[in-house]
Amino acid sequence: MSQLLKIENLSAGAEETELLHGVSLAVGEGETHVVMGHNGAGKSTLGSVIMGSPEYTVTGGKIVFNGEDITELSADKRARLGLFLSFQNPIEIPGITLAEFLRNALEQVTGKRIKLWDFKKKLYAAMELLEMDKSYADRDLNVGFSGGEKKKAEILQLLILEPKLAILDETDSGLDVDAVKTVSKGIEEYKKRTGGALIVITHNTKILEALTVDKTHILSAGRIAAEGGAELVDDVIENGFERFSQQGAK
Amino acid sequence: MEKKTQVIDIDRSRYDFRYAEDESEYLESGIAPDIIAAISEEKNDPDWMREFRLRSLEIYNRTPMVNWGPDIAGLDVDKIVTYIRQKSRMNSDWNDVPEDIKETFEKLGIPQAERESLAGVGAQYDSELVYHNVREEVAQSGVVYTDLESAMHDPKYADMIKSHFMKLVPPTDHKFAALHGAVWSGGSFVYVPKNVHLDIPLQSYFRLNAKGAGQFEHTLIILEEGAYLHFIEGCSAPKYYEAALHAGCVELYVGKGAKLRYSTIENWSKNMYNLNTKRALVEEGGTIEWVSGSFGSHVSYLYPMSILNGRNARAEFTGITFAGEGQNLDTGAKIVHNAPDTSSYMNTKSISKSGGVSTFRSAVVVKENAHGSKSSVNCESLMLDRISRSDTVPVMDIRTKHCDVGHEAKIGRISDETVFYLMSRGLSEEQARAMIVRGFADNVSKELPLEYAVEMNNLIGLEMKGSVG
Repeated sequence: MSQLLKIENLSAGAEETELLHGVSLAVGEGETHVVMGHNGAGKSTLGSVIMGSPEYTVTGGKIVFNGEDITELSADKRARLGLFLSFQNPIEIPGITLAEFLRNALEQVTGKRIKLWDFKKKLYAAMELLEMDKSYADRDLNVGFSGGEKKKAEILQLLILEPKLAILDETDSGLDVDAVKTVSKGIEEYKKRTGGALIVITHNTKILEALTVDKTHILSAGRIAAEGGAELVDDVIENGFERFSQQGAK
Repeated sequence: MEKKTQVIDIDRSRYDFRYAEDESEYLESGIAPDIIAAISEEKNDPDWMREFRLRSLEIYNRTPMVNWGPDIAGLDVDKIVTYIRQKSRMNSDWNDVPEDIKETFEKLGIPQAERESLAGVGAQYDSELVYHNVREEVAQSGVVYTDLESAMHDPKYADMIKSHFMKLVPPTDHKFAALHGAVWSGGSFVYVPKNVHLDIPLQSYFRLNAKGAGQFEHTLIILEEGAYLHFIEGCSAPKYYEAALHAGCVELYVGKGAKLRYSTIENWSKNMYNLNTKRALVEEGGTIEWVSGSFGSHVSYLYPMSILNGRNARAEFTGITFAGEGQNLDTGAKIVHNAPDTSSYMNTKSISKSGGVSTFRSAVVVKENAHGSKSSVNCESLMLDRISRSDTVPVMDIRTKHCDVGHEAKIGRISDETVFYLMSRGLSEEQARAMIVRGFADNVSKELPLEYAVEMNNLIGLEMKGSVG
């Protein structure tokens, strides 16, 4: 499979502190990758840097997406190229409804106007799949949503925007069993419908059950400490990160 | 991505056009008794008004300049032309309005707005009303909507005006109220009889075209028992380098069980000193609802006041202020609970950007006799960059224990994380910021008449354009 995302020797940090030290990673079209590691290992930082968060500065290496060097691009341009990040803590935007925001975003990402009616149909279908009440479409984006509803709203955006590569930053954390199932259903649907690629940042396996994992990366102290296939996920769940931490420190 | 949000100038071209003033007649600038007498002469004032103007001038001369709030040293009242009369007389047929004036208002969407959704329109150009029209069915219901000068000469209303004019806002209130009393010109008089409900709004539009001029229109609205009215006021002026002054006065009398909604969108040019005074007196069971959008002017002092004078009287104030570069907008509202079981609700938003200063002042007074009253004040400020300022000055004067008064204030900035979130979904930084500001203003724009809500969103769009450096 051809390379969709290629990260080469990427170093990045925030306010003088380097948090990622020479990370390399390649994701092929339609592949599913898992990133695991201790809290503070740099998983979320990696996701944010790939998306172009202004909070971090890239100090070395580069990010190539679909053959284009995107290291210097702003987040909106990356989104238009087909990148997506499901936030660990989705932001509340008062006064802007979920539907209004998402229609706007869809028009930006596709560069095309979309008729309200067509959009609503698409939106309601996706909401039904995610077992979200339709009334959420007219509520202010994430405002007063529970943790689970916020995560569902992120996956709803994923389903509507149909990116080529989605990074899911702990989308399953803080969710009860049923909510994880629903969210997983949404992710499965995304894979099925678009054949898009995934980078799943997670601590547990439940969200991975319905997915075929192609590759697992273990991050430790801002470095890739180990890589493997799907079996590595189970290994980590059983035995923990300890041995990778030591490797990482070397 | 380390971008600073700053705007140097915005496109106000829709408002900044202006026409030659050669058709107008200037009275000398500055204020001396003979100028005041000349205004009275020109207007054929009744005797009591002649005296009133001269008395107001005396009060003006002995009242010190305001010494709190934004600096108004740039305002030289003696240089402000107090009275500019258009050669045309008031018209009720739009076709008779002089071409350049007509063009001005057509550009601003008047009277198209009238054709669509209004019961009546008054348009003031500089000092005089140039156009006034009320739908026939509205006039038949006994509603009066005319300019104050005409009403003053109408035997049916002369006494009513004499007994209400500047009784709520006396010339002794402050220096610019005194100035207003001396030089006022134009404005509106509205009278809604008992139990008459006007389902469609009345609108007035003020436009100051001459440079270095002052606009001193007076709005007097009287609602009898059980009446309902929505009055919309819009203001604009082109940009000149000489300072201009707006010192209008609005007096609203809301009778028993009557309800008045008073909406204003003010977009004066950015050399305007907007020192406007607005006040409402609300009787038992009556309601005043203010909706106020302040976008323009160089300096504003604007605090509509509601006096709740009878049991169960209500006041609601919804306001938004947007201060950009070179603007110091000091706005707010005052509520006086002067009867039992009265209630007030204040909800305001202020936005400042590019070094603009926005100050929100609220004053809630609950008198001893106002037991069982409720008041809730909520103000939120949003600063769009690090060089802008926002202040909140709440005052509460509570004279009874038996009341429920609440105040909540929030001041914030747009966080980088919020902008990043929206950008990660494909919105440019400018679009993201504009969306956040629109969202912030949303519960105010919901209160505005539709075409004004659209106008406000356009203004926010204009203000935000190029805001990303």
